[in-house]
Amino acid sequence: MMAPSAIARKARKEADGNATAWLLAPGVLWTVFFCLLPLSVIFLVSCATRGTYGGIVWDFSLDNYRDLLHALYGRIFGQSLLLASLTTIICLAMGFPLAYYIARLSPRRQAVWLVLVMVPFWTNFLVRTYAWIFILRTEGLMNTVLLKLGLISAPIEILYSNTAVVLGLVYGYLPFMILPLYAAIERVDRSLIEAAWDLYADRWSVFRRVLVPLTKPGIVAGCVLVFIPSLGAFITPDLLGGARSMMVGNLIQHEYLIARDWPLGSALSMVLMALVMGAMIWYFRAQSAADGKRRAS
Amino acid sequence: MRNQGGWLRSFSVLGLAFLYLPIAVLMVFSLNASRLSATWQGVSWQWYEMLWRDEALRTATGNSLLVAGISTVIVLLLGVPAAMGLERIRSRWRGFLEPIFLLPLVIPEVMMGVALLMLFVVLQMPLSLATVMIGHAAFNLPVAIVIIRARLQKLDPRLLEAAYDLGATPWQGFRRITLPLLFPALLGAMLLTFTISLDDFIVTFFVAGPGATTLPLKVYSMIKSGVSPEINALSAVLVMASMGLVGLSLLFQRR
Repeated sequence: MMAPSAIARKARKEADGNATAWLLAPGVLWTVFFCLLPLSVIFLVSCATRGTYGGIVWDFSLDNYRDLLHALYGRIFGQSLLLASLTTIICLAMGFPLAYYIARLSPRRQAVWLVLVMVPFWTNFLVRTYAWIFILRTEGLMNTVLLKLGLISAPIEILYSNTAVVLGLVYGYLPFMILPLYAAIERVDRSLIEAAWDLYADRWSVFRRVLVPLTKPGIVAGCVLVFIPSLGAFITPDLLGGARSMMVGNLIQHEYLIARDWPLGSALSMVLMALVMGAMIWYFRAQSAADGKRRAS
Repeated sequence: MRNQGGWLRSFSVLGLAFLYLPIAVLMVFSLNASRLSATWQGVSWQWYEMLWRDEALRTATGNSLLVAGISTVIVLLLGVPAAMGLERIRSRWRGFLEPIFLLPLVIPEVMMGVALLMLFVVLQMPLSLATVMIGHAAFNLPVAIVIIRARLQKLDPRLLEAAYDLGATPWQGFRRITLPLLFPALLGAMLLTFTISLDDFIVTFFVAGPGATTLPLKVYSMIKSGVSPEINALSAVLVMASMGLVGLSLLFQRR
């Protein structure tokens, strides 16, 4: 026979199960209704047809996807992948030394630096992008200062170009790279690096043969966290890019709000989603491979 | 690495400067007397006065605060129980539900915007401030859940067990034990989701109805019509507001 307290505990466990379901239900329903359902709606719309005056006609067809094969869309997707990759590489090159520096500070200073890295990220993205217009435009701060100093004789035309877009993206998403890299580097056992030095490894070998393999999950996480928002960027190419710097995000916005071709816009979104999912799968593979290694060792 | 401290340090300081310089420049030039905004002609508060008198800007600010306030309430009402549920649920179910909850964090904002727009179109819901609130609550829910769960994981489960053993009902346990201990995280989550909502442009851009102009929408249309010292002033105000709110949020989360 069970002791009274054990019976009470069992009853409570059952009640707990019910209570947990009730706790989760509202949030799950909300997420299903306002996140999963909208994504499914996009999928359905991508297989529908555009009405004569915009809107959606529910005739099933895959024409929208066929239309995506048009060279113009291919060029924009290619350009987006290129700019997002460039952004990711530059962020990695800038972020790694910074994250390494932070990870080797005293815990107190680490906390300060991390907050300093995070704070700009939490300020209005629109405003931060606008700041670059103010700095880079022909009559902007950079040209005014350089002209006054006599370092240049004619203003540098850099705004409204792919260079400006990549600069804006790097600026916007650098914190996303630094934080996971920091977390990974901070966990690396210092004695391993010391051992490499003792075995006469040069700087490059320590970096490439010790630090990079040990921080790979952090590197992948940082790259994915920078690549995904860069690929889907809208504000940065819209404000800093020129006529030829259109990215997928701008194209989707154009199809939805200006051309009002919702089915085509939806098909574009599905392709973007597929690319994002690809990046996520790469991320989870790298993480679970790292977990497996940790468990095996 | 070794013997490289100086180089690494300068590089890191430069990196940090890169993150802060553009914002700082805007703030300084918001006080510039000149209309030609890149040449310095003395200090003036005139652009701030101009903002203050701008009727449309006041309406937009009101809309933004309303949206941020209500969507934050929705997020907390849904997020607190969801975070508690995720902590109590069996791990097999957790592995299934966690990615669903976190999904809005990884899909590009443009997609979130058009997806919600299509949902509202299909449901024939007219776009308004209400649709903006729903959108903001949708992408902010995972943010709140992450912060609240981080705190829940640090709570000592024995405190609740002791309360139950002393005959407390689950509601009493929540009211008297969990909620007070969770309070800093709640404040942190609240301030952060409020700030994100206040700053959101993309989702709002897609799901805002006519007349539902929020502050970022207003800023966007101002930027599109050209650089002006007024935008610099407005930018400075927005930056200060979010930095203040986020600073407070981080403070509460660390307690």
